[in-house]
Order: sequence, then C-alpha cells, then structure tokens
Amino acid sequence: MIDLTLLADGGLGWLDASGPMSHLVLSTRVRLARNLQSHVFGSRTAPADREVILKSVEDAGRDGGLLGHAVCYRMDSLEPIDRQLLHERHLVSKELAGLDAEARVRPAAALLIQDRLGVMLNEEDHLRLQGMRSGFALEATYGEVDRLDSELGQRLPFAFHPEFGYLTSCPTNVGTGLRASVLIHLPGLVLTKEITKVLQGLGQVGLTHRGLYGEGSEIVGTFFQLSNQTTLGKSEQDLLDHLGKIVRQVMEYEEQARQVLVRDAPAIIEDKVWRAYGLLRYGRTLSFDEMMNLLSAVRLGVGLKMITGVGFYTLNKLLVYCQPAHLAAAHGLSTDDPSLPVQRARYVRKLLEDEALRRG
Amino acid sequence: MKCSQCQQSDAVVHLTQMSNDQVTQVHLCERCAAERGLETSGALGKTPLASYIAAMGQTVPDTALPGTEFDFVCHRCGATLQDFQESGRLGCPDCYRTLGEPLRGLLRRLHGATRHTGERYLASGGTSSPPPEPGHVHLREQLKRAIESEDFELAAQLRDKLKVLE
Repeated sequence: MIDLTLLADGGLGWLDASGPMSHLVLSTRVRLARNLQSHVFGSRTAPADREVILKSVEDAGRDGGLLGHAVCYRMDSLEPIDRQLLHERHLVSKELAGLDAEARVRPAAALLIQDRLGVMLNEEDHLRLQGMRSGFALEATYGEVDRLDSELGQRLPFAFHPEFGYLTSCPTNVGTGLRASVLIHLPGLVLTKEITKVLQGLGQVGLTHRGLYGEGSEIVGTFFQLSNQTTLGKSEQDLLDHLGKIVRQVMEYEEQARQVLVRDAPAIIEDKVWRAYGLLRYGRTLSFDEMMNLLSAVRLGVGLKMITGVGFYTLNKLLVYCQPAHLAAAHGLSTDDPSLPVQRARYVRKLLEDEALRRG
Repeated sequence: MKCSQCQQSDAVVHLTQMSNDQVTQVHLCERCAAERGLETSGALGKTPLASYIAAMGQTVPDTALPGTEFDFVCHRCGATLQDFQESGRLGCPDCYRTLGEPLRGLLRRLHGATRHTGERYLASGGTSSPPPEPGHVHLREQLKRAIESEDFELAAQLRDKLKVLE
C-alpha cells in the first residue's frame, strides 16, 4: 500500500478551495515538458537508460532547494490501485500510471514530488515538471514551476534548439513545452445550453478543453479543463496571459448564465439544487457519475447561496475521495467491487451530515 | 468573396479571430485554410497529426522537387518516417534537425508558427528571456549554432545584426 502520508498534504493542497475564484475554479495546473539532450526520447529509451535518467533527475532535484526533500514514487513498484490513487489525485497522468489503453507501466516511470511541485519521469518526455494550486492562479503556479525549471536546468542538459525551443517527443508540445490548464465548473453555461458556443469559441482562440482528468478524459459533472492548445511561437507569458484572459471571460459568461437561470427559472433551479442535495444526503447507493452530477448541482446551489449547510472544500473533498481507487483503498476492496456504490453513498452521507451539524 | 490571403480563389472558410481585444474576420480559400490547419472549425484540435503525417510519405510540402518521395532515418536513434507516422512521436532531439523543412510545415500547421519565442535555455544558468540585443560574442555563438542546425533564415538575421554592430 502506498504511503501518501509522506506528502505534507497528501498531494491534495490543490483542492482546499482556498485559492482565488474557488467557487468556479477548482485548480490551476502548469506543466513544462523537458528532455535530456543526452538520451533519445521516452518511447525509444532502453530500460537501463531510463534508470540513469531517473537517477540523474533525482540527484539534480536533491541538490536544489525545491525538490530537496522530495518523495519518489516508482510506478513500476506500485500496485495498480496505488497508481490509480495517484492518478485520481491528479498527480500522475494515465500514461505514467500505466492505466491507458496499453495498460503497461514503463520501466523507471516515477513521480518525484514535494509540496505543490512535482516531476513525472520517463513518461512520453523524460521530465514533465508540474505545479498545481487551488483556484485560479496561473501566475503563481507558473512562477513556481519556472523556478524548478531553472533549478533543474542548471544541473541537467536539457534538449533545446535555437529555432524550435525545448524539444519534445511529440511536436505538439515543442517550443515552450508549456501546458497550463484551469479546472473550471460551468453548470450555468451547460444548463442554459450556451456551453457549445463557448467551447467552439475556445478552439478559435487557440485554446482547448478536456475532461476532469485531462487528455482523453470524459466531461463529467460539468467540470472542464481549459488549456492552451499551442506551445510554439508565443512566449510563456503570452500563453499564460491569453489563457488567463479567456478564462476570465468564460467565468464572466458563467456568472451571467447563472443570473439568467435565477431570474428566469428560480423555482426549477432551486428544486434541482435541493433534490441533488437530498439525494446525496440520504441516498443509499451512488455511482461515480451520478455523484458527480449531483455534486455539480449542489456546488451550483452553494455558489448561488441557496445551500449554506456545506462548503466548497467538502464538495472538492467528496470529488476526490469518492473516486473508485480512493474508496476501494479506504475499505480494503478492489476497484470493481460491487459494494462501492453503497460505500460511496455512506461516505457522502457522513461527510454532509457532519458538515451540516458543524454549520448549524 | 475572394480569399483574403491569396486574393485569387473563392473563400470557403470564414474565421473570426480575437487578438488584442480586437475581433477580426478572415476569409480563406480551402488551400490557404489548410496551410493554417483550418480546414474545418473543429479539425484543429481533433485531427492534429495523423492525416498530415500520413501525407508526409507521399509529398513534401513546399520543399520537395516534383516527383520526389520523402523519407528519413535519424542517424542518431534510427527512427524512420514510418515510426513517426505510426506513433506521432519523434525518436530523439536530433530527429528535429533530420526532418528539417517538412517538420516546419507540420509545426506551422499545429502551432501556426515555426519559431520558438519563449525562454531560451542556458545550460549553465537555467533559462533566460530572449536577449534583445546580445553582444558580438553571443551573436557569433548563435550564428554558429544556427548554421550547424541549418537554420539559414535565423543565420541571415544574425549575420545582419553582427554587421550593424561591427
């Protein structure tokens, strides 16, 4: 069993709803793709070389300050449920965790992590530097990852080309290697059916959207990850400024959509929100998808101040702890155990009841 | 309506762009739209690589002599065009140099640009913002690297800058 207590906050600092605009934005994430000049890219790297890469990055990290006390989780020595647990905490990609279609953990695939900063090692690229923060915090998140990049770059020979920039295994990441994304909750736009227009608009301004778990994941519970599509031809600051500007616009549209809902259909919205709360508070079995949809409605209700007996932090916590691997690990079950929906409903009831009592 | 880029063919793609708070409309013919990777509004994100890379085997956009076929084998990692077509991934840093011009076509399509304008990597000191007017020595080093990497466009710019400085 993986020991997540080695991490000060369990790697979950991003969900505490303490950051800016937390009622709409759950988290901000920035990653930089980097490779070592001395080795061929991930898909062609021999196992022995992957070990060398892991060792050299670990050493470089420990020499610096930002990863001086980092914990290293090797995917190839973890059970599937533990790898899924890290993925559910948004700390490793599906690919690194060996949970993608190939379902294969690559040798020496690892996560080096300290506080809000981490490096995925031996994924598609040798290094994927990443930082995550609560709320809408592009500048602060990038600032930290940029410092880590400088620190590691002094100790490791990164592959860089004067014309193409930082070289990556996939040409979609070349240049800055930067992917910034914002996990945002947009129920107002979904309910007013404006979301399609907004998402199409994103494509036209060089941004893209994904589901809760990033690339290739489904949209659940009206949570969307908005991120930059291109990485070459613009500076890091320009990419962040552009994403930030568009996200602020999307937040504005979402607020407007919510006002329209409250103005034009107050009874319907109130009913939807309270029914969702009722099902979460008293239901006896909940699938993950159903729970996500209900959480989405309750989150909207909390944002509209219709529901006061629960806060965003608890809703975020449910979102993470009710995922299959988290629930299964907590109860010593497998992730496909038929009793998980019952366990999930029990956990949700308990948390909501405790919080309602606390808030009086 | 004629294409606003080539002014010759009829425009079939009408694109609304936002830049610096200005909304502009661009009307493009099929060919110019394809050059920008904009055949349809949803195509950019959904079919990023496969069709373009598949086509790299038959023709080399912009650069090939008529009738020539394009292929490459990376001298360092041994990656071939077929590997790239199958995986969409390059094998090593040197593949970027080996692929040359066809790669620029791909990057133009994916990113709308071929040149990195962000932070530059300095092996000894991490990163730096692009220096606007580096001194002679730095320029000469950059020129040497540009020639080595066969980036002649950049080399010409650097040579001109050196001339001005000297």
